[in-house]
Amino acid sequence: MSDDNTQIRDAIKNAIDENRVILFMKGTPEQPACGFSARTVATLQALRTPFAAVDILPHPAIRQELSALSNWPTIPQLFVDGELVGGCDIVTEMYANGELAELVGVEQPADAPVEAAAAPQPGQSPPMQIQDRP
Amino acid sequence: MPSAKDIKRRIEHGIPDARADVEDLTGGGDHFRATVVSPAFAGRSRIEQHRMVYDVFGDEVGGPIHALSIKTHSEG
Repeated sequence: MSDDNTQIRDAIKNAIDENRVILFMKGTPEQPACGFSARTVATLQALRTPFAAVDILPHPAIRQELSALSNWPTIPQLFVDGELVGGCDIVTEMYANGELAELVGVEQPADAPVEAAAAPQPGQSPPMQIQDRP
Repeated sequence: MPSAKDIKRRIEHGIPDARADVEDLTGGGDHFRATVVSPAFAGRSRIEQHRMVYDVFGDEVGGPIHALSIKTHSEG
């Protein structure tokens, strides 16, 4: 393994350790580059939980190292408290039955089915490695 | 490109006593949705159940199979 990959793997591990809720996705929350990532972002936004987001697209090694670390082949991947929660399907299912709200420690929105969650609006933010969303 | 039938067959061969319904979401042979029922899922977390389905395909998921959306149940 190259030094670059080791560096990327360490950066991924640190990001997971340092951010209680962190989403690895294609694109950014403002400009998701894939429908599954968009849907997962919309779900987290519907919960009104703060989350960090990492765009895996800038370098193929990010995805490679992430999947090696998590033993999960697809993107997006949501981590809470350092543990892989799952991808879009699991996040959507856990949102619908209230498990996700409980896991992240927020109130389940009474009136917000995920289909109705606001679609992310295209933004002007530059590509970024890690974004903290207060 | 695999068909929905291929995906179904491989899941049913790969997981003990599994029954799978598979849909090709785009018709392009690379985005699928699978609903899988198997007694082998009993007692496993949702994430372990999904991993069992992904493991049938190894590196193909995320490669030639761009997306495999999964729903798992331990009994029908």
